[in-house]
Amino acid sequence: MELYELTVHELIDQLEKGETTSEEITKSYFDRIKEKDGQVKAYVSTMEEQAMAKAKQIDSDRKAGKKLSKFAGIPIGIKDNMCITGIRTTCSSKMLENFVAPYDATVIEKLNAENMIYLGKMNMDEFAMGSSTENSAFFPTHNPWDLSRVPGGSSGGSAAAVASDMAPWTLGSDTGGSIRQPASLCGVVGLKPTYGMVSRFGLVAFASSLDQIGPITKDVTDSALLLNLIAGYDKRDTTSVDVEKRDYTKALVNDVKGMKIGVPKEYLGEGTSAEVKEAMFKVIKKYQELGATVEECSLDIGQYASAVYYILACAEASSNLGRFDGIRYGYRTENYENLKDIYKNSRSEGFGAEVKRRIILGTYVLSSGYYDAYYKKAQKVRTIIKKAYSELFEKYDLLLTPVSPTTAFKMSEKLSDPLQMYLADICTVPVNIGGLPGMSVPCDVDSEGLPIGFQLIAKPFAEETIFRAAYTYEQNTNFRGEHKPTFK
Amino acid sequence: MANITRDEIVHIAKLAMLNLTEQEIDNYTKDMQEILAYAEMINKIDTSATDETIGATEQKNKFRKDEVMEFKTREDLLQNAPSQDEGMFQIPKVIN
Repeated sequence: MELYELTVHELIDQLEKGETTSEEITKSYFDRIKEKDGQVKAYVSTMEEQAMAKAKQIDSDRKAGKKLSKFAGIPIGIKDNMCITGIRTTCSSKMLENFVAPYDATVIEKLNAENMIYLGKMNMDEFAMGSSTENSAFFPTHNPWDLSRVPGGSSGGSAAAVASDMAPWTLGSDTGGSIRQPASLCGVVGLKPTYGMVSRFGLVAFASSLDQIGPITKDVTDSALLLNLIAGYDKRDTTSVDVEKRDYTKALVNDVKGMKIGVPKEYLGEGTSAEVKEAMFKVIKKYQELGATVEECSLDIGQYASAVYYILACAEASSNLGRFDGIRYGYRTENYENLKDIYKNSRSEGFGAEVKRRIILGTYVLSSGYYDAYYKKAQKVRTIIKKAYSELFEKYDLLLTPVSPTTAFKMSEKLSDPLQMYLADICTVPVNIGGLPGMSVPCDVDSEGLPIGFQLIAKPFAEETIFRAAYTYEQNTNFRGEHKPTFK
Repeated sequence: MANITRDEIVHIAKLAMLNLTEQEIDNYTKDMQEILAYAEMINKIDTSATDETIGATEQKNKFRKDEVMEFKTREDLLQNAPSQDEGMFQIPKVIN
C-alpha cells in the first residue's frame, strides 16, 4: 500500500513506529499531485518547497529526540478561503488573485502549533458560492470518480483531493452544505461542526451567521482527530462559543444500541433519486441491525429552508463583500478617473457572475421596501425552523437524511439554471439554518459507480453522538475497502 | 411582489456598486424573478407570533477588555494595497 492511501491515524502509527518519515509522506503526496492533479485540478496553489523543507526539519527534530506533537509532519490541504501568512488566499476569485495573507487564521495557528505541513490551497466556488466548484474563477475541479462530473461545492477541491489521495485530509468551510455535499459526491467524510465551535477568524466571510470551518477526511476517526485540533473558543471571533475542551476520539465507540434516530420523511420524497433513497433504506436497516431505534418523523418546515437560506445568505454576503472596493487590498481596475469608478469598475471586473448574482439578490432583499417582506420574514422563519429541530431533538439523538438528492451531476449541467443549482443543497441548508452539526458519511455507490453519502444531524454541540453513530456504521461496513475512484 | 423589473435591477446594481451590461441586466432580471418566485413560499408561514433570529446560537453579547494589541507592521498591512504612497493607501483626488 502506498503512503498516500493511508488515513492520518495510520500515518501517525507508522511515524510513531519509525516505519516512515514526514519527508517520505510529504513527498508521496507531491508525487501523487504531480500524477493526478492535472486531471482533477483540486489545488489552486501548491506549497512544495516550504512543505519539503519543513518535513525535513521535523524529521531531524524527531530524530534528535525533541518532544513533538503526534501530528508534527502530517500534511494537510487548506481551502483557499483561509489565511496562511505569506501565502496567496484567493477564494478562487479574480478579486483576490494576488492577495497574500498578512496573518494566520485561528485554525492555521492551531495547526501550526502542532507543526503540521501545508500541501497547498484547495480550489472552491468563488467566495464559496456554489455547489459544483464550477464557479472558481480559475478552473473547475473534476470528480475523481468520474472526471466528466462535478465534485460538488463549494469545498470541491478539498473533497476531491482527499478522494483522490492527493491530501490525507483537508479543511473546508460550510455555509449551506459546502463541506458535506462535496464529501458525499466524492465518497469521503465531511463534518460541519456546530456554529460557534470553530473560530471563523481568518476565514474570508461569505454569510457570517452560517459559515463554519470543518474537516474533510478519509474516515470518521480522522474527522474526530482534526476536530480536536481546530475546535475552541477564540476571543477574535465573537460568535465562537466557550465550550469545554473535549476529546472527540473518546466518542469513537462501536455501539449504537439504544440510540434513537429519526428519519424526516420529507427528505425521502419525490425530489430524491431512487438510488439515493435505496441507499438510505440500507443504512437505516444497518442501524436497526446494530441495535438503534430508527423511526420515521417529520420536518415539514424544512421545505422552506432553501428559500430562507438564499435570502439570508445572500443578504449577509452582499454586506460582507462590500469591503472589496479596490482600495486597501484586492483587485483594482485600471480603468478609472475618480473614486467611484474605482469602486464600481473594480467590483464589476473582479467578481464573477454567481457572486454578482448573490450580491444583487442580497442587496434587493435588504433594500428599502423589501427588507420586511424578505429579510425580516426569513429571519422569523429561521426561528421556526430552529424550534422544529429542537422539538425533534427532544425525541431523537440523531436525524438521518441524504446529503444530496442525487449523486454527482455532469459538469455544466446546472450552470445555466441558478435555481436548480441552489436546490442541490436542499438536504444540507436546514442544518446551517439551525446552527447544528452535521456529517456526511459515505455508504454506497449508484449503478454508475458514483458515491452516495448519508447525513447525521445532532443538536448543538452534540458532535460526540454523530461520531459514535458514524464510527459504528463505518466499523460494521466497508465502503473504503469496496469502492475506489476510477479516474474514468 | 416577485415581479422584479429591469429598472429595479438597474437600481439595485447601482446600490451595490456594480456595472452591468445590457445582457447581464436581462439575465439577472430573469434569475431574480425565478429565485424570488421560489422564495415567496415563506409567505405561506404564519410568523405573527414569532421573533426574528438574531444569531445562530443563543449566545448573548461577549465582552472583552479593550486592549491595545500590535497587529503586524504597517508594511505588512500595506503589502496588498493596489496603490500606496509614503505608508498610505493612495486613491484619486476626491474633492475638486
